[in-house]
Amino acid sequence: MSEINVHPEISLQLQIRRQTQKAIKLLTVPLVGLLIVLLNGIGLFMDAIQKRIGIRRMAYIFVLPNMLLFTVFSLLPILGNFYYAFTAGTKVLPENRYFAGTANFEFLLHCDNYLDPGSCRADLFWRGLFNTVNYVVFAVGGILLFSLITAVILNRPIKGRGFFRGVFFYPTLLSSVVVALLWKWVLQRQGILNASLTGLGLEPVNFLLNAAWSNFWVIFIGVWSNVGFYTLIVLAGLQAIPGTLYEAAKIDGAGPWDSFRYITLPLVKPSLIVVFVLSFIRCVQVFDHVFVMTGGGPGTATQYIVQYIYNTGFSSNPPNLGVAAAASLILGLILLVLTLIQLRVTGSGEETDYA
Amino acid sequence: MLEGIIRFLFRTRGHGRLHTTDILMYVYLTLGTFLMFGPVVWGVISSFKTPAELEKYPPSFLPYASKTVAVEGYDRPLSMYTVTLDDGSVAELAQVRRVGIEAQFIDPANPDALIKVHVDQTEPISSLALQWENYTLPLERFEFFTFFKNSIVVTVLATLLTLLINSMAAFALSKYDFRGRDLIFLLTISTLMIPTTVTLVPNFLIITELGWVNSLVGVIIPAVASPTSVFLLRQYMLTLPDELLEAARLDGASEWRIYWQIVVPLSAPAIAVLAIFSVNWRWNDFLWPLIVLTHTEQFTIPIGLHLFQGDYQIEWQYLLAMSVLALLPITVIFAFLQKYITTGIASTGIKM
Repeated sequence: MSEINVHPEISLQLQIRRQTQKAIKLLTVPLVGLLIVLLNGIGLFMDAIQKRIGIRRMAYIFVLPNMLLFTVFSLLPILGNFYYAFTAGTKVLPENRYFAGTANFEFLLHCDNYLDPGSCRADLFWRGLFNTVNYVVFAVGGILLFSLITAVILNRPIKGRGFFRGVFFYPTLLSSVVVALLWKWVLQRQGILNASLTGLGLEPVNFLLNAAWSNFWVIFIGVWSNVGFYTLIVLAGLQAIPGTLYEAAKIDGAGPWDSFRYITLPLVKPSLIVVFVLSFIRCVQVFDHVFVMTGGGPGTATQYIVQYIYNTGFSSNPPNLGVAAAASLILGLILLVLTLIQLRVTGSGEETDYA
Repeated sequence: MLEGIIRFLFRTRGHGRLHTTDILMYVYLTLGTFLMFGPVVWGVISSFKTPAELEKYPPSFLPYASKTVAVEGYDRPLSMYTVTLDDGSVAELAQVRRVGIEAQFIDPANPDALIKVHVDQTEPISSLALQWENYTLPLERFEFFTFFKNSIVVTVLATLLTLLINSMAAFALSKYDFRGRDLIFLLTISTLMIPTTVTLVPNFLIITELGWVNSLVGVIIPAVASPTSVFLLRQYMLTLPDELLEAARLDGASEWRIYWQIVVPLSAPAIAVLAIFSVNWRWNDFLWPLIVLTHTEQFTIPIGLHLFQGDYQIEWQYLLAMSVLALLPITVIFAFLQKYITTGIASTGIKM
């Protein structure tokens, strides 16, 4: 044994530090070098093109990469969706599929009683639809309510405003898989929440195996992990309201509630509409955290449309891409119609405000 | 002193008296902080516990590990217990085995004599200990190292490409007058509202045709051209004065040079916000990689975590540790750039 016997943990730490430094060097040096070479290369290439075609046409070169990818991965797929929706078969490639007419849509939309998902041929689709409506109503409602409350509080001159703004925003940065796992760990039968409930003398609950509770938690976590982002939008709206309005109202004898009701609320309405539209589009597509946390269960209690599309088109055997595409189209159509209605309603609402 | 702290915490502006709304406000913020950080903190603490500690109910708050001792003649370390012996004396002994309600102990100093005691008279000795193996083992054994590498590759390359391609397009759309410009812009903003889930199926076909299924390229490329980024960068670049570009042109600068050395540096605030969003979104992306990637060697962290938790027996100690590692980079970035990020979003109104 040598004299200099470093504590094993410290030596491990040193080793790790040395390794990371080496790794960073190994990673960054070639990466930065490559970037410089690449950018210089692009620069020379672009200059050469400019000599050939002249300044005026350079704009086309600048939009070209973006337009190419945009066409292939955004425009074509939108059209392609129609092709898939009207064809059937288990194959992915278009030439191996056969025309099916409206069979996929008939399958999805056929119900004996439209209020009872059990009577539909695609009962899971309808359950997904009903569950999604339920989720959207409560999650969007929750997001609107809590982002407004939080923003109003954070707009006041309080200590540590920046800190609290960060606190509420932090969960929006977390991966939905990580969010789902962290909450699953809190909510499980042997979890800390149940331990706290037992400590308070209450009965422990198997939250994720109970339909009503898992619905509650899925919505709760949906709000939890998104509210910070929307709070910032509302906050930006609140900060645009001139303080003189409140002072004038105070002189006229208005209380805090009157100020909120007659100044804050009407003036923050445009921001709330933005929050409403954005969170609505997001909530309709709910999938990630629920899929990881409950897998759609218990039973089909938390199965939503996107999970239906994923299950039908990608994880079932054989995959049914036709029905999945048809379901996507229906989802897209619903979103389009609802967005138009929202814009219409909120647009006319504003007109009457200014009238 | 306590009074002083309370007075400091509930200090209001100007007025000496504490209003009810102030109290409610602080209650809300305190509860909010607890709720927002609680699950993350609890996950971090739990990730340092031994499997035995994780199964304990009710759970202990901090990570403890039972004290063990190596005794000659036994190939695995034995757990130490405080044992109340039949004659009333208390001793620290090592447990050899447990049979029903009776446990057999030995004194580590005198390993030959076997002592039998009722389990009610024993209490395990444990001390605060961080279980670093939860972190090192999955990285070595379960390919989590590969997942991290893949996630870094996807995040870095996708972000660089996103920024380059979209800022180029935004530059053309904001600073040139060319035929088809309005059509391109209209097409771009009309797809802003179309959710990605709607185009999953045909996008999968395109990936298949290109032979990109199960490769990181297939994860990176499809979402690189982002209408949101083009739109935001264009709006920002419109505010840059055209005279600047004209002056550079008179000085003989090429169009690329104008873009790269004038427009890009001046658009840094908008580009930075987009960069943060791109990093965050790519690092956490789930549904699309889940569809494209099927081999474990290509998995990114979210997919790896999902696969790992889908196993029959969830090994929470590893799962939690890897979740903590997954949220660590984002948390560090956020801790340093918090103010910048939150104000940046408020001013640009980016949708994530």
